[in-house]
Amino acid sequence: MKAHLFVTCLVDQFFPEVGIDLVKCLRLAGVEVHFLTGQTCCGQPAFNNGFWREARSLAKRFIYLFEKADLIVIPSGSCASMVKVFYPVLFKDDPILLARAQALSQKVYEFSEFLVKLLGIETVASKYTGKITYHDSCHLLRELKIYEEPRKLLKAVKGVELVEMENSEACCGFGGIFSIKNSDISAAILQEKIDRIRATDAKVVVANDVGCLMHIAGGLSRQNLTIKTRHIAQILAAD
Amino acid sequence: MKNKPDNFHFQAKTALNNPSLQQALSKATTHILNKRARAIQELTDLETLRDRARRIKEQTIAQLNHYLLQLESEVRKAGGKVYWAREARDAQRYIAKLVKQKKAQLVVKGKSMVSEEIGLNEYLEKLGLEVVETDLGEYIVQLAGERPSHIIAPAIHKSREEVALLFQKKLGTNPEAEISKLTQVARERLREKFFQADIGITGANFAIAETGTIVLVENEGNIRFTTSLPPVHIVLMGIEKVIPTLADLVVFLKLLPRSATGQKLPSYVSLITGPRRDGEKDGPEELHLIILDNGRSRILSEPALRESLYCLRCGACLNICPVYQKVGGHAYGSVYAGPIGSVITPPLVGLYRARALPYASTLCGACRDICPVKINIPHMLLQLRQGLSYRWNRNLINPGYWLEKLLTITWSMGMKDEGRYRFGSKVARLLQRPFLKKQKISHLPYPFSRWTKSRDFTPLAAKPFRIWWEDNQRSSKDHERAD
Repeated sequence: MKAHLFVTCLVDQFFPEVGIDLVKCLRLAGVEVHFLTGQTCCGQPAFNNGFWREARSLAKRFIYLFEKADLIVIPSGSCASMVKVFYPVLFKDDPILLARAQALSQKVYEFSEFLVKLLGIETVASKYTGKITYHDSCHLLRELKIYEEPRKLLKAVKGVELVEMENSEACCGFGGIFSIKNSDISAAILQEKIDRIRATDAKVVVANDVGCLMHIAGGLSRQNLTIKTRHIAQILAAD
Repeated sequence: MKNKPDNFHFQAKTALNNPSLQQALSKATTHILNKRARAIQELTDLETLRDRARRIKEQTIAQLNHYLLQLESEVRKAGGKVYWAREARDAQRYIAKLVKQKKAQLVVKGKSMVSEEIGLNEYLEKLGLEVVETDLGEYIVQLAGERPSHIIAPAIHKSREEVALLFQKKLGTNPEAEISKLTQVARERLREKFFQADIGITGANFAIAETGTIVLVENEGNIRFTTSLPPVHIVLMGIEKVIPTLADLVVFLKLLPRSATGQKLPSYVSLITGPRRDGEKDGPEELHLIILDNGRSRILSEPALRESLYCLRCGACLNICPVYQKVGGHAYGSVYAGPIGSVITPPLVGLYRARALPYASTLCGACRDICPVKINIPHMLLQLRQGLSYRWNRNLINPGYWLEKLLTITWSMGMKDEGRYRFGSKVARLLQRPFLKKQKISHLPYPFSRWTKSRDFTPLAAKPFRIWWEDNQRSSKDHERAD
């Protein structure tokens, strides 16, 4: 099977190690990974902040670039939602681009969804010893309705003990531009998330979005806590 | 100073720095959410019910004029009077006229958000009337000289201790008194007022077009008193409260109390069709229904926001919202707080005045998931943000807006082309150098300083992923040709 990886600008620029593990996981699953070096950002930051014109121009670019791909894997619930759910919103008044956005949206899979739903993967070869806890990213959970898939994958990893934190579905307070515009509220919401992570006694918090992880890590690091943040691909690729 | 939507950031900060508010909010929202979770567990057909409720609202709002006219004629047939109020002041004036005509001195009120919306209490007090809120939460808020901070639980921001102190100050009770004792005192006070009142004013949870029936849902019995003891009953309803038939009510009665308070059924459901008829023992002599627009038709004319009119005012989205949980209702500075408040306040008071509210959300979507009629609140917030960025409004003369615009345009230009993206990523790496200390970024210049105030920032990696990919491709045999 051939799949295109849209690695997201955050992974590309801040977390290349996640990208490397993504490629490893996909190759282990027998996928022929393609990466278009023309890719940049899906446009979500502008879209969420109300700058739809700028978002539209990046969305168009994304559509032109990825239209020919059969399958597109995105390691982020938030960016996958942008393409699957919000591109059609952006182009609702443009019948041609709308049709193209809708066609594209059918081919986009979030990483864990791709592994579980499309490839039917139930066992993984990786090993990761220790207690981990999983944070549900908002867009992944509520725009894409992905809840079971990442848990299934994590539980399949040898040595992993998955401990659910209280209210794992609650937002971490990031919200993109929200973390700047309403930074105090954002930090207060994050504190609650950090308290809940600590209560599980897990050494690692896992999520499918590096955006949330960047936010959580920022709080953990400021408070000198040693709990680590990991993208799900990093756990699935560990050996 | 009265809270305003313009001051959201300041008001939110004040709320965050108030430990007793933090405690009260966290305790109360958790409690209501747990109760709700238990109450909906028993519903095997929750999703079907939500879909049905939504469909009823969709169909009603799509033919609103038809159902409102039917309601008007049925209420009249039942002996009630109907008044159409375009704006707040029309409703105020109608009530003032009635007050004068009846020579009224004391008004008792059941909980009504619409009356908050038109500032009715202050208006009537200015006319020299005594106005008494009879819902316990509203009574507390009125004694404190405040405004409700939640649609369903107006005094959610107050701890037990604060209420005890307030009652001591205003009613002379023992500050050590148990909750039940305080309630007892309030009940006695209110009981007198019910008997003396000249007019009772309530809102309406639903108004049934088919029968001209006003439906009121409550737990304390105060609304039943308000609607049956005073000689005149005034009902204030927004135009969106009408539902077509009695059968539709069944659907909503399953959803509303469960969503609002986590109850299967509330203690009282009153169905009021017209004033007292000949031979009946209770009920008012006159029933006046005021149907208020007050900006709702503006929402109706905006397809992207229309579904906000489906709202049942259950308050569930407030309870689940991570932002509301932290700042409470007063921070929003609007009558309607929380996620749904952030959607309906801008069209009601003006986009510019309420400009902070569409951004007072992480867009997490928990509000949509808990909503009994599945209102897509996060998508509407996005629409409003878009309106603030492009449509003509005073936000466009705000320097902060232009800074954001400049950053956004620069950023999107950089993202539009692979070469620029690569160049930009190199420049960003140079720029971050002075801030990088021990693999951490703890200080950044404005506006990013708002992040680093309480969180560290992840530094850009030494090399982007694509560099690894290109090296990997070069060294691997299965070289992929660029598409």
